[in-house]
Amino acid sequence: MLFVDILWKLLEIVLVAAVALPTTAALLVWAERRVSAFMQDRLGPNRVGPAGLLQPIADLLKFIFKEDVVPGHVNKAIYILAPALSLVPALLAFAVVPYARDMAILDVNVGILYVFSVSSIAVYGITLGGWASNSKYSLLGGVRASAQMISYELALGLSVVPVLLVTGETHLGRIVEWQAANGWLVLYLFPAWIIFLVSSYAETNRLPFDCPEAETELVAGYHTEYSSMKFALFFLAEYIHMITASALTVTLFFGGWHVPFFTLPEGGWGTTLSCLAFCAKTGFFLFLFIWVRWTLPRFRYDQLMNLGWKILLPASLGIIMLTAGGVALLAD
Amino acid sequence: MGTRIVKRPKLSFMERIYLGPVVKGLGMTIGHFFGTLRDVFNWKNKKTAITMQYPEERWDFKDNFRGAPALVMDQEQRGKCVACQICEFVCPPKAITIWPTEFDETNSVEKYPDRFEIDMLRCIYCGFCEEACPEEAIFLVKEAELVHADKRDFIHDKEKLYEMGGIRNDRIMKWKNK
Repeated sequence: MLFVDILWKLLEIVLVAAVALPTTAALLVWAERRVSAFMQDRLGPNRVGPAGLLQPIADLLKFIFKEDVVPGHVNKAIYILAPALSLVPALLAFAVVPYARDMAILDVNVGILYVFSVSSIAVYGITLGGWASNSKYSLLGGVRASAQMISYELALGLSVVPVLLVTGETHLGRIVEWQAANGWLVLYLFPAWIIFLVSSYAETNRLPFDCPEAETELVAGYHTEYSSMKFALFFLAEYIHMITASALTVTLFFGGWHVPFFTLPEGGWGTTLSCLAFCAKTGFFLFLFIWVRWTLPRFRYDQLMNLGWKILLPASLGIIMLTAGGVALLAD
Repeated sequence: MGTRIVKRPKLSFMERIYLGPVVKGLGMTIGHFFGTLRDVFNWKNKKTAITMQYPEERWDFKDNFRGAPALVMDQEQRGKCVACQICEFVCPPKAITIWPTEFDETNSVEKYPDRFEIDMLRCIYCGFCEEACPEEAIFLVKEAELVHADKRDFIHDKEKLYEMGGIRNDRIMKWKNK
């Protein structure tokens, strides 16, 4: 690889990981507050900047100037490490997502497997954060997070298997190209998409599956003892997980950067347009995250486990069998 | 009492699959979302939003609202207060201080307040001054949001009190005929 190529790659990484993702996360916090307000007939933050758009900056400033309390009863090393352990996998998982035509930070053949392996590390950040805090609420939150994320990882992984069966690819870019040629996979695999969606909500600890936080039961769950920027990192990690989950949903089931009924022109304009299409689709799914959060109440913990093990897991196995049968029949 | 067994309702298949009600709920929240969104662009005839944009929009209080006490004038711009000091005497937190002075011989009224101060940091908005005043000269007005950067500004002097109270139509015009 040429030196210039390495420099371009570094620039790309910085632009995506240090600019695009945190900015989107900050905008999401604003959107979350305004959308929730609108759904409850309120207005939400609308004073800082146009339509309240500068509110995230005000929030960030507040976070920075808050006192960074480290309680005396915590396991210090792990306590300080946990927020970073939670944020880094969230940023890493985004690396393989093809965010425009022929564009992805990390162009690997095992893209989808990479995403699952990295995103399952994220549970360490939450669990260790809860454990190192040495408080009952944090510990309960951490334990719940680990149980929930491991359970739903299964359903999430299995719901993607039909995609692999149909396309015969694990490379995310080529999965998108297959969809551009043959139509979006959600048309073929609607039930698998539903399972993927539900599991991804559980994986990102979002309502209706936010049992690890569960304000009414656990104060704030695994980040009860955290303050200032450490808390902000957990917060950021949750939102970046949301972005990654939405981007994956778009990539796997909704044609990624593909625009239906329209042929993208060759060259730079086509790539830009494809990136915009990808962002628009991801934006819709991010809105769906917020929309669902302010519609549904939280599941009880046993209901959550029931849903994961007794319904989603068998259902996804069944879908795999059916898809495999279908593929085998059609292949002949 | 004993144990009472509550029968759980039997859920239909569509209810147990949970997705139908979820979609229905999503429909309801998005309805409110767009309702409020429309109101933001057409705030004059808002239908869904219930927020009041506070510093720009304010409550219209009833006339008997007990806000800050203020002195009033009659139609001929005469201050009605005769410095009898009953309000000062009745004030529970001792927020009112009056320095009375005399008019000269030509005036029909004998006394008026030279200085009249109400310490709004002490005032409890009880309205005793309004009730006690024999001249109907002090009233609790609707103004209740007192914000100052300097503590001294909370002590309302005579000019401030007359400015807040303004002119109040007097049926009898007592001072004119005295």
